[in-house]
Amino acid sequence: MSGRDSGVHEELMELAAKQAALGEVRGAVAADPVNEPMIRHWLDAMGDTNPAYLANGVAPPAMAQVWTMPGLGPRQQTPVDEIMSALNAAGFTGVVATNCEHTYHRPLRVGERVTAATRFTELKGPKTTALGEGYFATWTVTWYAGDDPVAEMLFRVLKFRPKERKKPYPLKPAINQDTAFFWEGVKQGELRIQRCGDCGELRHPPGPLCPSCRSANRDHIVAAGLGTVYSFVVHHHPPVPGKKTPFVVAVVELQEGVRIVGNIVDCPVEDVGIGMELRVTYSSMDDELTLPLWAPREP
Amino acid sequence: MRTLTEGQVEIGSVLPELSIDLTPTLIVSTALATMDFTPVHHDVEGARAQGSKDIFLNILTTMGLVERYVTDWIGPEAVIKRINVKLGVPAYAGDRLTFTGTVVECDEGEYTVEVRGKVSLGDHATAAVAFRLPSPADGTAAP
Ligand SMILES: [Zn+2]
Repeated sequence: MSGRDSGVHEELMELAAKQAALGEVRGAVAADPVNEPMIRHWLDAMGDTNPAYLANGVAPPAMAQVWTMPGLGPRQQTPVDEIMSALNAAGFTGVVATNCEHTYHRPLRVGERVTAATRFTELKGPKTTALGEGYFATWTVTWYAGDDPVAEMLFRVLKFRPKERKKPYPLKPAINQDTAFFWEGVKQGELRIQRCGDCGELRHPPGPLCPSCRSANRDHIVAAGLGTVYSFVVHHHPPVPGKKTPFVVAVVELQEGVRIVGNIVDCPVEDVGIGMELRVTYSSMDDELTLPLWAPREP
Repeated sequence: MRTLTEGQVEIGSVLPELSIDLTPTLIVSTALATMDFTPVHHDVEGARAQGSKDIFLNILTTMGLVERYVTDWIGPEAVIKRINVKLGVPAYAGDRLTFTGTVVECDEGEYTVEVRGKVSLGDHATAAVAFRLPSPADGTAAP
C-alpha cells in the first residue's frame, strides 16, 4: 500500500471501530404486522406448499427480514450506512454479499409487529479477491417482537474496487499463420525474427517463402532488441485513433541486420535522429494487445 | 403431508434433488414477495447497466428456497432453527437452480443438512440448515 492508501485504511478502520462502538441501534417498528396475505404471497412465489404456516398462524422463519424491508420508501439509516459511504468514497464501489446466516428463536405469529436492530460488527481488509481488492464488512440484525428477540441475521458483504479494464486499442495488427509467432513472442517479451530453415537468412516482415532460396521451411531467432534509427517520419496530421500527435514512426535497423518499423517513445520528437541508438520496450495497449515500441538506449 | 420423525433421519440421509427453472416470473415474483424492489431483480436493462447479464435471484429468495427445499423433505411439523448460506455465483433468469442435500450432523435432536444450490455458472449457494423433528411419541418437535 502507498502512503495515501494506508491513510485511507486507517480512516476506514477508525470509522469501523466508531460504528461498532455504537452497539445495537434500533430502527422503526415494521409498517405492517405479520399477516396472512404477505405470508400467502411469499409461499406462492417460492412454490412452498407447506400448509403448517397458514394453518398455525405463523410466518415461515426465512421471512424474518421481510417484515422490516423498506419497500420503495426511503431506507432507515443504520450504523452500516456510514461505512458503506466511506468505502464508496475510497473507491471500493463494488458490492457483493458473501454470507447470510439466520437463527430463529421462535416462530413469528400473525399479528405481531417486529422491529429490526442493527449492530455493525467488523471491517476486515484490504484483501485481494477475484473481483478486485476489497474489504469484508459484517453486521448483525436482531428482530424483536416487543422486547422478545425472535430472529437474528449475520450479513457479510465484500466491498471491492472493480478491476480497471483498459479500453480496447483501436488499431489491431493482422495476425495470421505467418505472423502469429511474432505476436506470441511480443506477449512473452521476445522480439522474434523469422529465419529461413534452409539457408538461414533472417527476414522481416515474416512471410511464407524465403526470398533468397524459395524455401518454405522456417523458424525464428530471438533478437537482442537493440537497433538504430535507419530512417523516420514525424506524424502530425491526420489524427490516428489511439495515438497522440505528433509521434515518430521509424525504420529501426536491428543489430541482427534486418529492419523493422515501429514507434519511438520516451523522448521528445525533436530529439530523434538518424543513427540514434534504440532498445525495444513492450507496451500493453489493452487487455489483449502488446506492442513492441522503441526507446532511446541509455548511453 | 407427513413429517419425518427422529429415527427416520440419520447422518448420511440424502434429500431428493429439487430443480427450479428460474423464469423471469419467478425472479420478479419472489423479489416482490420478499419486499425487495432493487432494480437488478426485476429490471433487465437496469441489471445489464450494472454489468449483470440478466435479472437475478435476490438473497432473501435464496434463503426462502433453501428453507422450502428442506421443509419439502422433513415435513410441516419440523422446526427450522438456522439457515447459514454462503453466497456464490448469481442465479440469473433463464438458468436452472438445482438443490442437493445430505444430513451431516445430529446433535441432541438437532439435525444439520448441508445444501448445495447449483446453477450453470457453479455454486449459487452453499448452505447449512439446522432443524428439529417431532419425536415419534408425541408427534411434535421440541422447540
Ligand atoms: Zn532461404
